[in-house]
Amino acid sequence: MHKLKLLLAGTAAALALSGPAAHAERGTDGDLKILFWQAVSTMNPYLSGGTKEVLASSIVIEPLARTDEKGELVPWLVTEIPTLENGGVAKDLLSMTWKLKPDVKWSDGTDFTAEDVIFTWKYCTAPDGGCAQAAQYEGVKNVEAIDPHTVKITFEEPKPYPYSAFVGPQSPIIQAAQFKDCVGAKAPGCTAANFGPIGTGSFVVKDFKPNDVITFAANPNYRDAAKPAFASITLKGGGDAASAARAVLETGEYDYAWNAQVEPEVLQTMMAAGKGRLEISFGTQTERINLNWTNPDPALGDKRSTTEAGPHPALKDPAVRRALSLAIDRDIIVEAGYGQSGKPTCNIVPAPEAVASTKNDSWCLKQDIEGANKLLDDAGWVKGGDGIRAKDGVKLSFLYSTSTNSVRQATQELVKAMWAEIGVDAELRNASASVFFGGDPASPDTFQKFYADVLMYTNNFDGTDPEKYLAEWLCDKMPGPKNGWQGQNIPRYCNPAYDKLVGELSKTADLEKRAELSKQLNDMLTEEGAHIPLVHRGDQSSFAVTLEGVRMNSWDSQVWNIADWSRKK
Amino acid sequence: MFTYTLRRLFFAIPTLLIISFVIFALLDLAPNDPTGDLPLTIPPEVREQIRASLGLDQPFFIRYLAWLNQFFVNEPLNILESLTGWQFGDGERMRVLSWATRSPVVDLIVQRLPQTLWVVGLAYVFGILIAIPIGVISAYKQYSIFDQIGTFVSMVGYSVPTFFTGVLLIVIFSSYLQWFPSVYDTNLRVTDFATFVAQIKQMALPVAVLALYNASQIARFVRASMLDNLHQDYVRTARAKGVKEKVVLLVHVLRNSLIPVVTVIALGVPTVFSGAIITEQVFRVNGLGQLLITAVQGADIPLIQTLTFIFAVLIVLFNLIADVLYGLLDPRIRYD
Repeated sequence: MHKLKLLLAGTAAALALSGPAAHAERGTDGDLKILFWQAVSTMNPYLSGGTKEVLASSIVIEPLARTDEKGELVPWLVTEIPTLENGGVAKDLLSMTWKLKPDVKWSDGTDFTAEDVIFTWKYCTAPDGGCAQAAQYEGVKNVEAIDPHTVKITFEEPKPYPYSAFVGPQSPIIQAAQFKDCVGAKAPGCTAANFGPIGTGSFVVKDFKPNDVITFAANPNYRDAAKPAFASITLKGGGDAASAARAVLETGEYDYAWNAQVEPEVLQTMMAAGKGRLEISFGTQTERINLNWTNPDPALGDKRSTTEAGPHPALKDPAVRRALSLAIDRDIIVEAGYGQSGKPTCNIVPAPEAVASTKNDSWCLKQDIEGANKLLDDAGWVKGGDGIRAKDGVKLSFLYSTSTNSVRQATQELVKAMWAEIGVDAELRNASASVFFGGDPASPDTFQKFYADVLMYTNNFDGTDPEKYLAEWLCDKMPGPKNGWQGQNIPRYCNPAYDKLVGELSKTADLEKRAELSKQLNDMLTEEGAHIPLVHRGDQSSFAVTLEGVRMNSWDSQVWNIADWSRKK
Repeated sequence: MFTYTLRRLFFAIPTLLIISFVIFALLDLAPNDPTGDLPLTIPPEVREQIRASLGLDQPFFIRYLAWLNQFFVNEPLNILESLTGWQFGDGERMRVLSWATRSPVVDLIVQRLPQTLWVVGLAYVFGILIAIPIGVISAYKQYSIFDQIGTFVSMVGYSVPTFFTGVLLIVIFSSYLQWFPSVYDTNLRVTDFATFVAQIKQMALPVAVLALYNASQIARFVRASMLDNLHQDYVRTARAKGVKEKVVLLVHVLRNSLIPVVTVIALGVPTVFSGAIITEQVFRVNGLGQLLITAVQGADIPLIQTLTFIFAVLIVLFNLIADVLYGLLDPRIRYD
């Protein structure tokens, strides 16, 4: 069923792309003014994995296929999405074949061919290149041209979900002719190419001022003669989220401001000016509280927060983990910090709908202080004179850490108050985001070190398939001194049954079965209390009321269909 | 005086080397990472490769020596090449590359310098022009209403931070009155009268914010210095001789009072180059201050290192200029 939908959506989108255009002419709507509060540093997403660079470059360079706002794959520079049914994906799952559209041209007028696709793979996998998107090409053994418009990808081992290389804004095709002398260690030296890549997209870079402003002009060789409606784009960067939202919603100086990460009530007052609107879309971002399954006691020295330190004295009790989740009122957290751009959730894989579980919603989504108190009473945690529960000399008093961000600090306060109601105390701490997420093995404040009892942040996965993401909770992915504190299993959760199920998922090709397995894995993490999922976070951006054709998308770049954007007359 | 200047310049070399080492060591010890801003979807192995491609897998001293070589040998040679058209070696030299943009740091600085000099420099000039008359009148009519108001305004201007005055001006003049833009358009080219007006308009708010701040500071200095001189014996002598009050004030007192003020102004010039980090950020002026703060946020070590070091050079240089100026202006000061 899912496959059929995918196919239908693909065909529909292809029709929409080739169908009669709503706008008669290219470049009739003037200048589109975009504001990014984080300025763009380069136009080459392979040299900088930052979201802002990926977004800005997606205006110019394009992947073979994209994901639309409903989470369905859409053929972009190809005629169709390869599947098992149409023979595009081999039965042994070891290879797939993409058929390129024959009439696509680069903005310099030359033909877009299979050689460019092959080159892109070689560029990102070249040694010493430090390609930021190397993970997209993981498991790819070879990319070859069957003919100038057919590309065959061979995988090292069967790949049940092969839509990663050349799919999505993280792995767009770059022009072989332009980048041929920029492979490997020579990549950073090609400043002109990195700042102005030649693309197949609806716009071309005219002027690039790093960390400041980019000027684009409509691509004269774009495959749809009637698009884009705008003649040019000015993309300004810098400042902060609130003033960027103000420039669209209140002063109307800009048409589109990316990522309006601002408190809901502030946005409400700006909206009163009537110059703009907010668009929200939901991807896979989940704000969660990770529970430390190992002992973070400072007295343990180097061993703290590793398996050698032994289990966490309080959090090893499943009753405590469950009670901490029950005590939280997710609705209040959403209302205070996220508004319409957040939904309460109990899943670590909250979307797409096909893989989002509802199994734990019944007990987990509603706050239950009484139930939580009873759970702790029954488990033998008794309140002391200070109102804090303890058992065998272990107090339910936790160090609660997160990154510095006003919404996170407000959430910390709320959760602390909720936990106080069940006799759990929390000491709040926050570290600057560049340190917290920086991963410096010498710093004690990184989220990988987890020198705290509970830890709050957001994570997500690219695209719509959660396999790689769910593999983050494997036993051998724990950060520790042995792997230089690298590893994504932050809670140090370890369950052989979970590992086995992930192994099964990596061998399953049937989409419905994959969804079933993903749900099981997701439920396991929530039920066992590897973490407490809090909020399913959406992407929120502000747009001028006069801007039409926007289809806000969390699965791909927000500007994925910028060729269709136009100004209301 | 000349040998003194030479001696000072000579001593500046070890000072600057030590400064560059301290900056490098501090940045190395700081717990930040160039891959810290990347989405968590980028796995640790890839981050490790990115770090290696930036040269972070090299030991500390090798990286420091590489920077010294790039900054003191390669960059000057490049500048010389582009100025003279001569070719040294094969022209393939490792330049100081920014980690975020992967482009030469010097090019970034050259691109940013004009905006900073225009906005921050102009604010400095305006600040001085406003400050001197206010300081003079305040001192001459000490404790008058003008002095009280002047003191109050300078205290406010000095103590209210620019991130507050900047946003306040945006709310009043951009959001409410809609007279001036709140975002600086760095693509604007002044070609005719209309674009000239647009340029003035977009510079008005940031220049006003910074001029207020600079003027407050300098006005206090002028006032204090004038008060010192007004009570000197030579002023009484001049008045007793029957010199006109205007001449006493503007020729005798003002000239003497400006000696310390000139040094203060000279010492403040490096801050013009380092930009106004906060004001540039608030108005999105793409100057050096904004460049520095984005570099700090993104842990772009080569860019921070180079910018901070250039500021250090300017500070050392203008300290020397201030000392020399002092000697030139005040005949009582002799260095030799």
